[in-house]
Amino acid sequence: MRFAKKDVLDMESLSVEEIQAILDTAETLKEISTRPIKKVPTLRGKTVIHFFYEPSTRTRTSFEIAAKRLSADTVSISASTSSIAKGETLVDTAKNLEAMNPDAIVVRHRAAGAPHMLARIVEASVINAGDGMHAHPTQALLDMMTVREKKGSLAGLTVAIIGDITHSRVARSNIVGFNKMGATVILAGPPTMIPMGIETLGAAVSYHVEEAIKDADVIIVLRIQKERQHAFIFPSEREYAQCYGLTKEKLAGAKDDVLIMHPGPINRGVEIAPEVAEGPYSVILEQVTNGVAIRMALLYILLGGPR
Amino acid sequence: MEISRYLIKGGRVIDPETGIDGVADIVIEGGKFVSIGDQKSKTKNPKSKIIDASGKIVTPGLIDMHVHLREPGHEYKETIETGCLAAARGGFTTVCCMPNTNPVNDNQSVTNYILKKTRMAETVRVYPVGAISRGLRGESLADYGELKAAGVVAVSDDGNPVMNAQLMRRALEYAKGFELLTIAHCEDRNLTANGVMNEGVTATRLGLPGVPNAEETVMVARDIALCELTGAPLHIAHVSTKGSVRLILEAKARGLPLTAETAPHYFSLTEEAVIDYDTNAKVHPPLRTAEDRDAIRLALADGTIDVIASDHAPHTSIEKDLEFDQAANGMIGLETSLSLSLQLVEMGLSLNDLVAKMSINPARILNLTHIGLKPGNPADLTIIDVEKRFTVDANTFQSKSRNTPFNGWELKGKPVLTMVGGKIVFDDERQ
Repeated sequence: MRFAKKDVLDMESLSVEEIQAILDTAETLKEISTRPIKKVPTLRGKTVIHFFYEPSTRTRTSFEIAAKRLSADTVSISASTSSIAKGETLVDTAKNLEAMNPDAIVVRHRAAGAPHMLARIVEASVINAGDGMHAHPTQALLDMMTVREKKGSLAGLTVAIIGDITHSRVARSNIVGFNKMGATVILAGPPTMIPMGIETLGAAVSYHVEEAIKDADVIIVLRIQKERQHAFIFPSEREYAQCYGLTKEKLAGAKDDVLIMHPGPINRGVEIAPEVAEGPYSVILEQVTNGVAIRMALLYILLGGPR
Repeated sequence: MEISRYLIKGGRVIDPETGIDGVADIVIEGGKFVSIGDQKSKTKNPKSKIIDASGKIVTPGLIDMHVHLREPGHEYKETIETGCLAAARGGFTTVCCMPNTNPVNDNQSVTNYILKKTRMAETVRVYPVGAISRGLRGESLADYGELKAAGVVAVSDDGNPVMNAQLMRRALEYAKGFELLTIAHCEDRNLTANGVMNEGVTATRLGLPGVPNAEETVMVARDIALCELTGAPLHIAHVSTKGSVRLILEAKARGLPLTAETAPHYFSLTEEAVIDYDTNAKVHPPLRTAEDRDAIRLALADGTIDVIASDHAPHTSIEKDLEFDQAANGMIGLETSLSLSLQLVEMGLSLNDLVAKMSINPARILNLTHIGLKPGNPADLTIIDVEKRFTVDANTFQSKSRNTPFNGWELKGKPVLTMVGGKIVFDDERQ
């Protein structure tokens, strides 16, 4: 399949065929990371800029490793060490980066829509590594890859997403992505964490975790951010853990072959009990492994062939 | 030599103040209206310059009672001179400028400065609006007596709500002593929080923090209660929600001295204009849903909303070419307001009502003298070609700024001539 897009910005703009192609490519490339010499020359001579306006360990490292395993040259910029700290606007920064002829810019930004703005300005491919509360397509793709590996297919599955849906770009991208691939999505959390009109993205809503996970094949648990307490959306971590945290007790009502996933970083004992995070159903670390494969696949597809 | 005598011939004259609606000739001399009606004898006067208005509409000069002219302080966005030129090109003979300049118009020096710059611009009339609170900080009252003496026609903290209900109560009461209108910017800042667009389906899809419509509606409810308590005239600025319309309708039915305005973007656009993160569609109050937009249209038709005002808010690329959440609120409107409003006529609003909402009603609400096309009044008028089709091109605007979401829109109907005090300040044919 020929991939015609310049950028990967969100799950809405990817077709079912494109998602399938990305997952297939990632499965093939995954093997490279298990070799003694974990490097292929595919993207030799290509330049990838990793441009992170927001702190990130997992995603940033994952992208760096993915690019390096394909032999691309990588440059890493973070907000605190760049001209942003000197007051340069995103538009000006983008124009300057573009002037150095990179092939891809991977961007993480606090503001929803920032990667879209960047993509309009630069000729390089833009990969969204997370923008505000909007989208995190590579996370959704690696989640889908992990589920497909375990379940064989995505169609017909039920995926429960538990937590702060309002502030979660991971939830939005997963709702759209899993829906496109024929899965059913159900969301659960306190009503203060369920955004208005989320059903229109294709998801059922429950205010009760037990109800949401009862028929789920996959449970995705979202991180609870302590600072959100200031916005009055939950009273305390203790209360959250009791009412909405995924514990062994709540899990007793789930399917025998359920998968537990989490985009990380986890708050142990808040949204997920340690014994669940490390328990037999958890595939949290496999998600991280697949993250490298998904990012290799995207770089390969966007930069590897003629566009 | 300046022409001092005009004969405006053959236009359809619409003036809700005098009740005229029909073809009539207008004679102007020495900057004032001499006569409106059938003027066979005077058409012979050889010294008159004849303006052929046949096939066009002639109305009392349009008034935009809510604009931001940015001077003093933000002259790179707009000056009084460029704002006045934009007003003239938009068909307006009078505008009211909001006090959120730098320094704030909370004292006579700033008011005097604005009026001096207006005289120098020699274009349209500018009536300054003073601040409710000193520095727009919402902590203490501005000096209304001094402001009134200097020439302000109303007070408002526009851009900021008066969050302290006690201050708002006293502001309304105190304004009564100077016959000053209070214009309320209704917004509960705690509910707005970090929101940047209307809360709802589109915000959820775009991952942008939402502004609930209750942030406006709860404040409209509070200010109506304070209007009732004080008996002071209150004008609600930029109404954008169905809930606000319902409250205003009910309050008016009870006879409160309440009036309301909306802006063309609230009856022309919905929150979907924000898709693609277009910062030109970022405004406060935010663009709402189709249901709200329809409620605003209905409220204009049934008289619940008295006034159309543009909330002309110039910003440059410095404020707009940014991440959506960082971009400034506001859009320019002086040069598109009338054309967008004329689309309401296509939907069934009478031309008479439209002229009332863009001229006579604001004049009455502001207690202006010389309302309408009457002999002896200063010759302020607007000639409109309601059939003329055109494409909005922001690059042709007189305004210094270009922040409009309407660029490229195909519209029908536009002003072709604007006259202030017997002087032509805009003539489409000479552009």
